[in-house]
This record gives sequence, structure tokens and C-alpha cells, in this order.
Amino acid sequence: MKSARAAQRQFANALFSAGCYLVTFIALAFLAAILWSLLTQGLGGLDLAVFTRDTPAPGSAGGLRNAILGSLMMCVLGMAGALFIGVLAGTWLAEYAGDSKYGAVVRFLNDVLLSAPSILIGLFIYGILVAPFGGFSGYAGAAALALLAAPVITRATEDVLLLQPGALRESAVALGTPLWRTILSVLWRSAGGGILTGALLAFARITGETAPLLFTALNNQFFSLNMGKPTASLPAVIYQYALSAYDDWRRLAWAGALLIAITVLAVTIIARIVAREPRRS
Amino acid sequence: MTLTADASPGLKPARPKGAGFDPIFQALCFAAATALLAALGGVIITLAIGGWPAFQTMGLGFITSSEWNPVTDVYGAAGPLVGTIITAALALVISLPIAFGVAIFLVELCPTVLRRPIGTAVELLAGIPSIVYGMWGLFVFAPFFSKHVQVPLMMSAPAGSIWEKLVAGIPNGTGILAAAIILAIMILPFMAAMLRELLLTVPPQVRESAYGLGATRLEVVSSVTLPYVRRGAIGAVMLGLGRALGETMAVTFIIGNSHGFPKSIFDSGSTIASTIANEFTEATSVAHTSSLLALGLMLFIITFAVLGLARLLIGQSKH
Repeated sequence: MKSARAAQRQFANALFSAGCYLVTFIALAFLAAILWSLLTQGLGGLDLAVFTRDTPAPGSAGGLRNAILGSLMMCVLGMAGALFIGVLAGTWLAEYAGDSKYGAVVRFLNDVLLSAPSILIGLFIYGILVAPFGGFSGYAGAAALALLAAPVITRATEDVLLLQPGALRESAVALGTPLWRTILSVLWRSAGGGILTGALLAFARITGETAPLLFTALNNQFFSLNMGKPTASLPAVIYQYALSAYDDWRRLAWAGALLIAITVLAVTIIARIVAREPRRS
Repeated sequence: MTLTADASPGLKPARPKGAGFDPIFQALCFAAATALLAALGGVIITLAIGGWPAFQTMGLGFITSSEWNPVTDVYGAAGPLVGTIITAALALVISLPIAFGVAIFLVELCPTVLRRPIGTAVELLAGIPSIVYGMWGLFVFAPFFSKHVQVPLMMSAPAGSIWEKLVAGIPNGTGILAAAIILAIMILPFMAAMLRELLLTVPPQVRESAYGLGATRLEVVSSVTLPYVRRGAIGAVMLGLGRALGETMAVTFIIGNSHGFPKSIFDSGSTIASTIANEFTEATSVAHTSSLLALGLMLFIITFAVLGLARLLIGQSKH
């Protein structure tokens, strides 16, 4: 016998389930719409010239070569800095900090830095590297990106080092290995996959960062390998071109956006595969 | 983990070869950790020093005045400040029920075959750069929004009513509400992915015993699983809010970038981040630059409070 109360509960439950289905459908529809526009608008502009020619003046043919190169240089340099700081800081948190107060503070503020608005990081780098040293430069852009990537790597390094069994440390030390060698050749090696995953996710994050580059690397219309001068970057060019009134610039902006999205998705997927792969012991 | 060698008196502890480098390595690690701390401190100090002149000349008016005029060099931050809070709050209101719905769907309702692909898709989309969301918002969403939402609403609003004032504006699809919707779409996968992870931490026994007592799915979710992850869920939502507050590019594209208080939900406005992105490289006067840095300081304080609270709540939920 179904009482009225049971029927009411069933009804509320059905309504709730339907609601969950509905909102998931809405969310996926929005996200599919974004990917669809990226593909339809971006694929048309994505040809070989995008990679072989530099950013054009409005009305003339061109590509995104200098922007892609600038982005690549700044991201690679930024990642190098971030890996250095991030892995060492993560190691300190996992191996040396213990339960100390200072460790707790660093851990907490690293998490805050991790999600701090990137535009403020840009303002900070402007304040310490651009304003006093007379001008925008690719190095300043790389520094801003490094500061955005480092907290991600720190967090990943600490998490994955804490997962390593204590016996691993003890057995290395018992063999007469100094602690630093133990960390370098035993812990880092066995935690390598996790650190790499963190690094890839950090790389995916900084690839699309626009706001901090606006005041640090600025932009550059021409091909340049000199990072001491303003440097073009894909996100900055997309921003400039998307808001312009020229159709060919907008087409390039869509192609660039597609390129960034593909890069980010590919790197994220690789990171997930690396994370899933069983570690060699 | 720290390893210490206990030396008994009289015996010289055997030191491994190369142990002399140990303190140097430890100092190096310590320096790196401190560098991160210094960076965060540096952000505050740079913004505070740079923004100080603005607070000094404008006084309290910097926060209460909505007049932002680079020509006359008068700066009041109330417009961007209010714009930031309104867009972030609206975005949260829109995306919160959807994010919870998606997370609950993935954990409780989704057919097993689809669970992984949809879960992965949500996580991947959380990583799409904000500039892509911004471009999509301006070129695809805004025309659609104008034609199918804004214009019908304006037409149907009775003349002279409060409703008419609320939906007034230029029907080009940009403005406060459009920016909030784009922000909502952006933080949605981010929050949904985090909430899903949280819901997965609920022990199956807890959930199963509730089902065993005859609870419906709604009752299990509302009185067992959600209370179980409450702290963490609030933290995840606050992280989403922090993201919405500091988001720059997606908003800059679509908010319309006008200073002053927004007068309706379709009126153009600005947020702190969009104002800085638009004007910082073009600011020539000291007062202008300083006002932008002061804006940055306010954004930092707001997000620091939100993120700090979020991290504390998430940290506590782990124990």
C-alpha cells in the first residue's frame, strides 16, 4: 500500500532526479557550444601560414608565428623557473617542514597564491621588473608565468612526496646515503610521475594566461628572439585581434584561440595519462 | 619527514660521505619555500605602496565615489568595486545549483558507461583558458543573448514599472548580466569537478545504509551525503567565488567597460580586474596608475579573505 506520504516522497525524488539530468544537460550543452564555435570559427583560419608568417597589419596576409614563438619562449623559461622553485619548495614542505608553524604558514599561503587573481601577479611583476628596469620584456612575462606555475608544482611535489613510503627513505639512508642524495636519486625519482603531472598541469595553466602578460611582456608586432624587449604572445595577440574591427584579424584570433585550446587540452590529457601510468618501483 | 642521527656520547657518529651538502640542500629548499612566501608578501607590498597615493589624495571618497575620470584625474572606485561583487555574486547564484546538480548526477545518477567520459569532459573544460570563454561570450553568446533574452524582456516590460528600469539598456547582449553568465559558465566545470571529488569521498557504507533504511535518492543526498561533505563543499564554492572575483579576460570582453554604478542588469559596467586590464598600460598620470594599483589592492584583500576562508574550510574537512 502506498500512502500519500510515500507518493509525495517519490514525486519529490523524481523531480530532483529530473532536475539533475536537466542541469547536467544544460552544462554540457553550453560547453559543447563553446567547443563547436571554436572548431567552426577556428579551423577556417588555421592553415600553414599561421605557423610560417608573422602577425600582419590589418588587411594584409599573415600568421601568428612570432606570437607562437614568444609564447613558447616565455612558457618554457617560466616553467624552468617554476620547476626549480616549485620542486625545491615542495620538497621542503614534505621532507623538512614537518608540523612546524612556518611550514603550515607556507602551505596555507602557497594555496592562496595558487588561486590568487593572475592580474595581480602581473601588477607585482610590473612593479618589480618592468617599472624599475625601464621597460616591458619577455623576461618579465616569463617571471609572471613562473610565479603562476610555481605554486601548482609546489603543491603537486609535496603531495606526491608525502605518498612515498617512509621505508624508501630509511632504506636509502641505511645504505649510507646522505639525505640530499636520498631525496635527489630515490624520492624524486620514485615521485617523478606525480611531479611531471603537476608540471604539465601548471604548463597548461600558463599557456592561456593573458592578463599578467599585458603589463609585463606587452606585445610585439614583429618576429623577435630578444626576450629583453617586448615580446609577442599568443593570448595577448588574440586579445588585441579579437577586439579589433578587422575581419582577417578576428579570423586569426579564432585560429589562435583554437590553437591554445588544443594545446591546453592535449597537455591536460597527457598529464592524466602520466598520472594513471603505474610507477616503476 | 625528518631523519636525525642520534649520537651516543663518546662515539663519533658515522657520517655518510657527502653529508656536508645536507645543510646546504636543506637551506636551498627552505629558500625556495620562503621565496613563495616573499612573492605573496611582495604582491601586497607592491600594491600597497603603489596604491597609497590614491588613498591619500582621494581619502574615503576613493571607495564611496563612483566618478572615475582620467581626463580630470578624479578617481572613485565604487563602480568597479560594486561591479566586481555583483557579477561574481550573480555568477555564483547561477552556477551553484548547476554545479551541484552536475556533481550529484555524476556520482549518484549517471549510467556507469557515461560516468568517466562526462567526468573527464568536465575536468578538461575546467582548464580551458578564460580568453576563449571571453571570445565566445562576445562573438557567439552576446548576439544570441541580445536577440532571445534581452530584446524580448525589454519589449514585454510594462512601461513605467520597476521591471522596465531593471532591464533597460542597449540591447547588444553585453553588460552585467551577460558577464555574470559567462563567468558562471567558466566557474561551473571548476566547481563541479571539485564537488564531484568531494562527493566521492563519502564512504559507500554511509550512503548504502541510508538507502537501506528506505531513503529516496533525494533524501540520501540532502540528509546524508551533502551534510557529510558540508565544510569541503562550502570551501569549493568559495574557491569558485574567488575565481569569479579575480577573473579578468572573460569579463573584459563582455562587460562593456564603463565606469560608474550599473543602473540595470543589462547596463554596461566594469570590474576591478577589467578596469586594470583595460587601463593600466595606458595610464600616464601618477594618480591614474596609483588608483589602478589601489584597485588591485582592494581586489587582493577581497580575494585573500575569500580564498583564505575556502582553504581553511577545505583543510578542516580533510581531518
